[in-house]
Amino acid sequence: MPRSIPGCVMLDGRAAIRRRLGLRLWLSGGWLALVLLAALLAPWISPQDPLAQDLMSGRLPPFWVPQTEPGFWLGTDSLGRDVLSRIIWGARVALIVAFVAGTLTATIGSALGLIAGYFRGWADRLISRLVDIWMAFPPVLFAILLIAVLGPGLMSIIIAIVVIDWTRFARVIRAEAMNQGAMDYVASAQVAGMPRGRIMLAEILPNVLPTIVALLSLEMGISVIVEAILSFVNLSISTDQPTWGGMIAEGRISVHQAWWVLVFPLIALFLTVLSFSQFGEGLKDRFDPVLR
Amino acid sequence: MSGYLRIRNLSVALRDSGARLLRSVSLEVAAGEVRGLVGESGAGKSMIGKAVLGILPRSVEVVEGEIWLGDVDLLRLPPAERRKRVGANAALIPQDPLTALNPSRRIGGQVTDRLVDILGWKRAKAEARALELLAEVHIPDPARVMRSYPHELSGGMRQRILIASAFAAEPRLIIADEPTTALDVTVQKQILRLIAAMQARHGTTLLFVTHDLGVVSKVCQSLSVLYAGLMVEDTTVADFFRAPAHPYSAALLAATPKYTDPWASLMPVSEAVIDAVRAEVDAAETEWRDAR
Ligand SMILES: Nc1ncnc2c1ncn2[C@@H]1O[C@H](COP(=O)(O)OP(=O)(O)OP(=O)(O)O)[C@@H](O)[C@H]1O
Ligand SMILES: [Mg+2]
Repeated sequence: MPRSIPGCVMLDGRAAIRRRLGLRLWLSGGWLALVLLAALLAPWISPQDPLAQDLMSGRLPPFWVPQTEPGFWLGTDSLGRDVLSRIIWGARVALIVAFVAGTLTATIGSALGLIAGYFRGWADRLISRLVDIWMAFPPVLFAILLIAVLGPGLMSIIIAIVVIDWTRFARVIRAEAMNQGAMDYVASAQVAGMPRGRIMLAEILPNVLPTIVALLSLEMGISVIVEAILSFVNLSISTDQPTWGGMIAEGRISVHQAWWVLVFPLIALFLTVLSFSQFGEGLKDRFDPVLR
Repeated sequence: MSGYLRIRNLSVALRDSGARLLRSVSLEVAAGEVRGLVGESGAGKSMIGKAVLGILPRSVEVVEGEIWLGDVDLLRLPPAERRKRVGANAALIPQDPLTALNPSRRIGGQVTDRLVDILGWKRAKAEARALELLAEVHIPDPARVMRSYPHELSGGMRQRILIASAFAAEPRLIIADEPTTALDVTVQKQILRLIAAMQARHGTTLLFVTHDLGVVSKVCQSLSVLYAGLMVEDTTVADFFRAPAHPYSAALLAATPKYTDPWASLMPVSEAVIDAVRAEVDAAETEWRDAR
């Protein structure tokens, strides 16, 4: 019964929520912007050639250790390749996968979810059954199987992510579309003779968009992890392209002699995945017309 | 005078069990008349409105009957034509102003949509008309309200907007489904007065769903009483308040609080009356089954 609560109390609560959301949005957005810039400007800003090997300067420690060589800020790996430069170039692969796979997954999954949730009937039965069958497969196994069939490569990773994760969107958006479809505003639009397709796109879609955006951001984070996992098990793209997962796999072997080879790409991965999920949540609340 | 809306022998039943929710209901609303439709919660009042407007829930279907709007039987029209016919001639004032406006769209678009879709007007013309309509339902500063989102407005304000948009395309018939139940008492009176005034000015045929006989006595010329999907009384308001024909109606009238003596009449409908009307419903049901 919001009407009986004095307006000032409600406003105060909202302001506090908004402040907290603001900080979260800024921090996560800031990190993502940094990664995006690094990825875009990699050829110009990376201090070294990420592929250049130099066995004489292998396993150099990071810059704050006294006896290290200057120019290798985060140290080098066992082959003498610069860790910072490899992280910067690795951001490219991570973000390409995040954006392409995330967007495709969101588009396909949300479209099917919307259709199932709003049109119901046989379309819903078909799509829901498909989702159920799909979810019965263990996802990581499914991904590895797919890549084994498609052959390793950026394209295969993206396809694998879309094929596995569309159900996440389909399920959630179907439920939301069903809720929205039961509202009186949809009935009014129907009475006014608005075609059903347009009701779905013009009336329902705007109301599920905040959820799609939040899920999309989360999905981007998941895509980054999946790419890293597949690189880790050597199923990702060719080994001469630096990727965070590949670096973690290599760093793991020499963690006792050179921890920095493992830890820095891990931090980059962790912060990026965390930022994607936090950014999504923040955006969702920002989009929400009632909290706005 | 033959009515603008004529419902004949309308039965609506659950798809899976076949149980009837409306039992051969007949009802007629003359052009320009206001007919009240009363009955306890679950009697099927909203179901009648939904059947007329073509927005029945998926789980139920019309199993027999005719719904004449002017000189066509809506149930004989192909779906697309029926939608067009209903959209051009009828509109709904829904019960809950909270869910009856799309939360993520500005008011302006939601009101002008009707004019653009149904009458084929240009946006600019529709916007000018929408401003007039909002002024007609006594909304202060209509230009600002057009740019607002629903959550920025009070319940009473939203219901005014819904009334304006129901009358926007000058429909011949409006179905008001308990349009004041969700509002507080002082606002209820204003909204009732507004609907009555709009109806009189536009000469609209109005089917007014309510469970408040006090409202019926003020707004309606005739009324129908529904019990468990069975029409038990169909009469003029004057006759009803002088001498209700059916015992259930009489009990309903006796159970309505009177301003002069608020406590004296606050008793529930007696069990004997309920049993009698139940028996009547059962008899109607057997007769209907046998006839098939
Ligand atoms: N979506 C639905 N699916 C199945 N049965 C329904 C559905 N909606 C309503 N009913 C049933 O139909 C009957 C009539 O419902 P209806 O909503 O028309 O009642 P009402 O007279 O409008 O009551 P109220 O005053 O509470 O609005 C009820 O018994 C209800 O349980
Ligand atoms: Mg109802």
